[in-house]
Amino acid sequence: MVTTRAPLSAPPPTPLEERLRELAGAVPDPELPVVTLAELGVLRGLQMSGPGRVEVELTPTYTGCPAVEAMAADIERVLHEEGIPEVEVRTVLTPAWSTDDITAEGRRKLAEFGVAPPRVSGGGDRSGPVPVSLGIRCPHCGSTDTTLLSRFSSTACKALRRCEACREPFDHFKEL
Amino acid sequence: MKQAPTPVPPAAGAVPTAAALALGDDALVLSHRLAEWAGNAPVLEEEVALTNIALDLLGQARFLLSLAGDEDELAYLREERAFRNVQLVEQPNGDFAHTIARQLFFSTYQELLFGQLAAGDGPFAPLAGKAVKEVAYHRDHAEHWTLRLGDGTEESHRRTQTALDALWRYTGELFEPVEGLEVDVTALRDGWLTLITKTVRQATLELPTGPQAGAWTAGAGRQGLHTEPFGRMLAEMQHLHRSHPGASW
Repeated sequence: MVTTRAPLSAPPPTPLEERLRELAGAVPDPELPVVTLAELGVLRGLQMSGPGRVEVELTPTYTGCPAVEAMAADIERVLHEEGIPEVEVRTVLTPAWSTDDITAEGRRKLAEFGVAPPRVSGGGDRSGPVPVSLGIRCPHCGSTDTTLLSRFSSTACKALRRCEACREPFDHFKEL
Repeated sequence: MKQAPTPVPPAAGAVPTAAALALGDDALVLSHRLAEWAGNAPVLEEEVALTNIALDLLGQARFLLSLAGDEDELAYLREERAFRNVQLVEQPNGDFAHTIARQLFFSTYQELLFGQLAAGDGPFAPLAGKAVKEVAYHRDHAEHWTLRLGDGTEESHRRTQTALDALWRYTGELFEPVEGLEVDVTALRDGWLTLITKTVRQATLELPTGPQAGAWTAGAGRQGLHTEPFGRMLAEMQHLHRSHPGASW
C-alpha cells in the first residue's frame, strides 16, 4: 500500500524496479525494527535512472528525525548487495508524511511490539494534537482506560501513556 | 580566537535568502536553548519533551539554512551580528516558567506562520506543510503547561506571570515584515493575540500590559542586533567547530 503517489513521474515500474522497491521497502526502521520502511510509509518512489543507477525517494516522519540518514544508508547497502553500483537516496517533504501512511500490517506489528499505533484520521483536516484520549488501547492488556503522561516520549513521534488497568507505561505513536 | 569571515551566500535562484536565514536562525537558536535543558529539566518527561521539540526545530533549521547556503558554515562560522533570529528565541531559559512562556509565545506564532506559508506555493511551503503539524504539538505542550502553572500553586502562578511580563517586550518583533516572506502580518498578529489572550486568561493569568517592543534593546534581532546573553550562547554553540575545523564523529 504505502502511498499511491508516484513522485518520480515515470512509466510503470519495470520488473527490476518492482523487485528493488520490494527490497528497499523491506528494510527495517532503524528505531522500530519491527516495522519495515514500506509499512511505515516513508518509501515514496524508486526508479532506474540509467544502467546500474537507481534513485530512491524517502520522506522523513518528522522534520528533524535523525533516523533518515540510517534509513538511507541501509537502502544503499541493500541495493548495492543486489548489484546496483549507484544508489541515490533523496528526501522529499511533499506531501508531508502522516501516520495515516502506516499500513494496517505496520499498525498490527507496532501494537504487538508494545507501541500503541496511531489512530486513523480518515482524511480531512485532522492533523495535530487530539484532545480526547478515547480509543488508545493499552498494547499490553487491551484496556482503553489509559492516561497521558507526556506528549513526547523516547522519540518525537511517540507520546508516553500509562494504562490504568494494568498500570504499565507504554509508548503511543501519536497522530501526525 | 581568529574567526573566519562570515559567509553570507548570494541569493540562489528564487529562494529569498534573508527570509530563509530569519526563519532558520529562529529555529536553530531556539533549538539550542531548549537543548540546554538536557540534564537539567525538572522531571525526566520534560527533559525528553523539551529536547524532542529541540530536535524538530533543528530539522527545520537544517532545511532552511540549506536553502540559504552551507548549513554548517552558517550555524558555526557566522558572527553574532550576522544572525537574523528574533530576540525572543535567544532569551535564556530562566526558570521553567520562562521557558514555557517563551515556548507559548513562539510556538503559537510559528504554527500560524507555517500555516500561512503552507497554504502558498513559495519555496517554504514544503517545509511549512510538514513542520506545521509538529509545531501544533509544541504549542499544545506550551498551552498545557501554561494552564498548569498559571492555575497551579501560588508560587507557580507568580513565576509564570513574571515570565510572561518579562518576555512580552520581545513579542512585537515577531510581526515585523521580513524581506521575501509573503505573509499577512496583520492576520498573523491578530490570530496570535487572540490565542495567547485565551490561554493566558484560562490560566488565570493577566495579559501583560507593557509595550511589545520599543524598549531600547527589543526588536532588532532581524537586523542583527542581539541581546547580551546571545553572544555567550553562540560562543558555547560554536566553540567546538571553531576549535577543531572539519572534525567529525
